[in-house]
Amino acid sequence: MAVIVLDRAPSIALGKHTVRRGRRVADTAATWVICGVFGLALIPLVSLLWTAVSRGLSRLDADFFGNSMRGVVGAGGGALHAILGTGLITGATIVLSVPLGIAAAIYLVEYGRGPFARAVTFLVDVMTGIPSIVAGLFAYTVFSMVFGPGVRSGVAGALALSLLMIPVVVRSSEEMLRLVPDDLREAAYALGTPKYRTIGKIVLPTAISGIVSGSMLGVARIVGETAPLLLVAGYSDAMNYNLFSERMTTLPVYIYQQWKFKGADVASYDDRAWTAALVLIAFVLVINLASRLVAKWFAPKTR
Amino acid sequence: MGTVVAERPAVRDSGLNRLVGQPEGTRPPGKRWGKAPKASTGVERAGDRAARRLATAAGATILVALAGVGLFLLARGLPAVRAGQGDLPEGATSFWQLAGPLAFGSVWAAALALLFAIPVAVAVALFISMYAPRRFAGPLGATVDVLAAIPSVVYGLWGLMVFAPMTAGLYRWLSDHMGWFPLFAGKPSATGRTILTAALVLAVMVLPIIAAVCREVFLQTPALSVEAALALGATRWETIRLAVFPFARSGIVSGAMLGLGRALGETMAIAMVLSPTPFLMSVRLLNNTNPNTIAASIAQNFPEAYGMEVNALIGLGLILFVITFAVNYLARRVVARSQPGA
Repeated sequence: MAVIVLDRAPSIALGKHTVRRGRRVADTAATWVICGVFGLALIPLVSLLWTAVSRGLSRLDADFFGNSMRGVVGAGGGALHAILGTGLITGATIVLSVPLGIAAAIYLVEYGRGPFARAVTFLVDVMTGIPSIVAGLFAYTVFSMVFGPGVRSGVAGALALSLLMIPVVVRSSEEMLRLVPDDLREAAYALGTPKYRTIGKIVLPTAISGIVSGSMLGVARIVGETAPLLLVAGYSDAMNYNLFSERMTTLPVYIYQQWKFKGADVASYDDRAWTAALVLIAFVLVINLASRLVAKWFAPKTR
Repeated sequence: MGTVVAERPAVRDSGLNRLVGQPEGTRPPGKRWGKAPKASTGVERAGDRAARRLATAAGATILVALAGVGLFLLARGLPAVRAGQGDLPEGATSFWQLAGPLAFGSVWAAALALLFAIPVAVAVALFISMYAPRRFAGPLGATVDVLAAIPSVVYGLWGLMVFAPMTAGLYRWLSDHMGWFPLFAGKPSATGRTILTAALVLAVMVLPIIAAVCREVFLQTPALSVEAALALGATRWETIRLAVFPFARSGIVSGAMLGLGRALGETMAIAMVLSPTPFLMSVRLLNNTNPNTIAASIAQNFPEAYGMEVNALIGLGLILFVITFAVNYLARRVVARSQPGA
């Protein structure tokens, strides 16, 4: 425990009125600075949200949700192909990473012993910090080895995103599984329940709300990813229903595309970009909120 | 099942877990988590064996995947190191001529971003944990976390179309009045798309993660220290300086390093905001010509790259992977050493 030494101790005695003037001024100044900086930090957030809403509303119409960009030059067009692509790639990512992540968490909590388990824990930490673009390069190298150079497909994008989502799922599931009291496990064992049934019937149901909530946060993290998809899923203007062949656009890449390849009619490209940004922000915030609610509402009842 | 009552320790939802994906304040001080109890010592049943193998296989998959990342990038990146002029992107004569300035740009942009982000993040964390009424601490923290939830491509769009034009005037003023300062030298950019703008956007993006870590460690300050300081008549600021900061120093450092790891790997915001110049290594902040970063360069060049260019970009990715790996590893070492109670 640190010993607290005040530099000018003698002047402090009975509350605020006797506090020496310099110290009071410093305290007030610190309060103002800290409150001011907090307000400053919120300015970008407010500005960004305001711009997204004010510029995005202009194209938030049925056309935007009903059309792709196929054959569109200038005004009109929509993001249906990007919304479809986001749905397909996100779905594939969930299929790839949620079962694997939960299984790895079960391994770490229920089975993991010794150096191998420590290595897995360490690598999950490392995975949390992988830059998303590196994940994209990895997916590209894997797929180009099988399908040749220049390969682009939705499932390659899903592989890259899985690399980013798995650590989130493992970490949150692991934490939730560790919160399940050992009393429950011991009670099951005492009744002669095999370990795998204990995990399946007792441990997982108790932790399920936290696991679902953690997985949703993983989805919120990957749904806005742009860089890896730019590399391996590419972009197109048309609908693509097939994850396994051809380029597939997602909403974040759509935003980038609208900005990068704008035609003469700049305003309509910018408007589409901001509308897509607004939809994307709303989507991410809804997932975040829903994940909090799931964690709160479906938590095991403690009395 | 309805009668089973699960007792969970109160988990403080600080948002940190969601941002960095690591266990938060639930860990008992100074004590490792206990392992789940063993089921039995008898013969393993078929179902048990299958379940154990399945779970172990999942763990092994993670191991293999990460080893794969390193090995695949190495295998595909190495040829570029030997490649000569004509094969490399941007007409580079050697791989290192390409990689050196980009690595510098990545580190320079991330360092600038941290320079702005750390003080603001500490102040934000202090405000939420020490100044704001307890009732609002949760909602305020969630508001700051919204900053982390916004996709980077949206930051890019905002930085490019809203923020950069606003900074152009400021840069002209800085250049006119403080041009003698080496960092502000040269002709100021008219568009505002400089490395300083990019670093400021990056700072906004890494702010929430640093603030979340700081908030977490500030809240873990031993109540006794705080009360002792208050009992001696310390003002709130003195309490923070004397009781909170010394306790939280390593936490702030590790939060900053996690932010650094994120800033180094951030791609889209830089790729969109910055107007880069190939092979440039310069510390000037306000010019039209700016050093590019590794991540942004990959994103800009990869879609049109072919042949050896692809290998060169993969090699750059490997360098970025190694740098962020080292930074994250150090950050976690600091976290591990500074567990509360240590």
